Amino acid sequence: MSGGARARVLVALALLLAVAVAASLAVGSAEHATRDIVLGIRLPRAVLAALVGAGLATSGALLQALLQNPLADPYVLGISGGAALGGVLALALGGGLWLGGAGVPVVAFAGALAASLLLYALAAAAGRAPAHSLLLTGVVFNAFASSLIVFATSATDLARVAGVFLWLIGSIRLVEPGLLAGVAVCFALGLAVALRFAYALNLVAQGDETATHLGVDVPAVRRWVFAGTALMIGASVAVSGLIGFVGLIVPHLLRLSFGSDHRLLVPASALGGAAFLVVADTLARVVLAPTELPVGALTSLVGGPLFLLLLRRELTRLPS
Amino acid sequence: MSAPLVRARGIAHAFGAAPVLRGVDLELAPGRLVAVAGPNGAGKTTLLRALSGVLRTDAGAVELGGRPLAELSRREIAQCLAVVPQDSAMPFPFSVREMVALGRAPFLGPLGRESAEDAARTAAALAALDLAPLAARAYPTLSGGEKRRVLLARALAQGVDAWLLDEPTAHMDLGHGLSCFGFLREWLAADPARGIALVTHDLVLAARFADELVLLAHGEVAARGAPAEVLTAERIAAVYGVEARVDRDADGRLLLSPLRALR
Repeated sequence: MSGGARARVLVALALLLAVAVAASLAVGSAEHATRDIVLGIRLPRAVLAALVGAGLATSGALLQALLQNPLADPYVLGISGGAALGGVLALALGGGLWLGGAGVPVVAFAGALAASLLLYALAAAAGRAPAHSLLLTGVVFNAFASSLIVFATSATDLARVAGVFLWLIGSIRLVEPGLLAGVAVCFALGLAVALRFAYALNLVAQGDETATHLGVDVPAVRRWVFAGTALMIGASVAVSGLIGFVGLIVPHLLRLSFGSDHRLLVPASALGGAAFLVVADTLARVVLAPTELPVGALTSLVGGPLFLLLLRRELTRLPS
Repeated sequence: MSAPLVRARGIAHAFGAAPVLRGVDLELAPGRLVAVAGPNGAGKTTLLRALSGVLRTDAGAVELGGRPLAELSRREIAQCLAVVPQDSAMPFPFSVREMVALGRAPFLGPLGRESAEDAARTAAALAALDLAPLAARAYPTLSGGEKRRVLLARALAQGVDAWLLDEPTAHMDLGHGLSCFGFLREWLAADPARGIALVTHDLVLAARFADELVLLAHGEVAARGAPAEVLTAERIAAVYGVEARVDRDADGRLLLSPLRALR
């Protein structure tokens, strides 16, 4: 796709995001939305949903290329689980901290980074072995993280446990402006890394050896991209908990429509992921209004079956 | 005389306790097609990976154009050496044109902006392998033979003088195997600076098209030289454990028919 065509796709996706945000500002449970409700509640929430959606979808696109696996996703690989474990441990040990407290994002980032390092070590050791073993690692790591989360929450008082489980399902909630800004910074840094390495990921997606033969320093790309994704995923999980499958759904749809060139796919995933989660969060607010659904329940409802569909295609495509 | 495109000295490597290569030398001079053959597990692919520098071997040194490979960046290596893998199970729907254009990667900036010259080289490579009609197709939907042509076109777009190929005719029928080697010889003949080293199981095609045949067995060079000298009935029996009949036709070309396995 030429540079001009890429620009047109990105402009169209930006418009889609603008429409999604406008729609989310227009609907809600309040009968007469006042200026305070729209600007003080719905707008920050839409901004947060956009940031989290962009971070998760971009991370998904990056991890898929890096691991040469279209099924890779922050949630499936256990990186989100690592972040959640970090967050819960911070809550359990920190006492005074609560969801959205300043310590949680930092520790969630550390958890995401630790889970990424585990994957990194495996990916580096796997060589030409099938990448599906990484998905299994993610499943196992998720189960392991869940059990530690249960231990940690059992050590805290019951009132908190309910909040923790809501957080684990994944929901967009209001956060203080300082935290919102922090998430925005993490995401901007992560996206900068993603754009810098977008072309290299076209090569890494061909396999580590082919990328090496075409002049790519694969270990360097892997280090930077894992760090960038850990930053975005850690920030996303810290403020919104475990919202699954966004990183699977959005890049998949974009690849179907616009192809695999990461010079387009990476920025398109950022815009598309933002629009997707703004729409999903708006739906989560209104479908059972006045009760709110956690948006993570909605994304998993769509993402679970899609994952199985993709898995089936992968299994029929691969010879062994 | 100019420096060899690729020169390897004393390459030795073991995976764990099992030695795979034991002191192998190989030299690829401009204008030559060197074929490396040998039984399964003889170390052919490991040697190829050592030559391209993706495998850091226990011992030995590789030079590219007279410069030690260990001192070159991956980008510098890719600017003088193209590697054509056997196949690629790449799962993403990159178009054929995008796949071939990746051959230009070693010459592009970090953001991958392609110049008009890059686009022209990509288009020429597509045309040379009759891929222009498939340019918009998604790579994973191609047949095995079409994929092989895409990978050759990518090396062509790279525009470097030294090529390494891993079993270029694996799974190809007689006709495609012949035209693949025909293409390689044509590419070689077009510029005296070019050279090709390849790994193959096809002794008949190697005998017909290679200038030099290196026969590996148990990680060592069992024989090297002109294919007609290397491929004797005794040597095939010793290296492959196969009784074979080796003849020449009226033009002195080698005729080889395997008769039975000896072990």
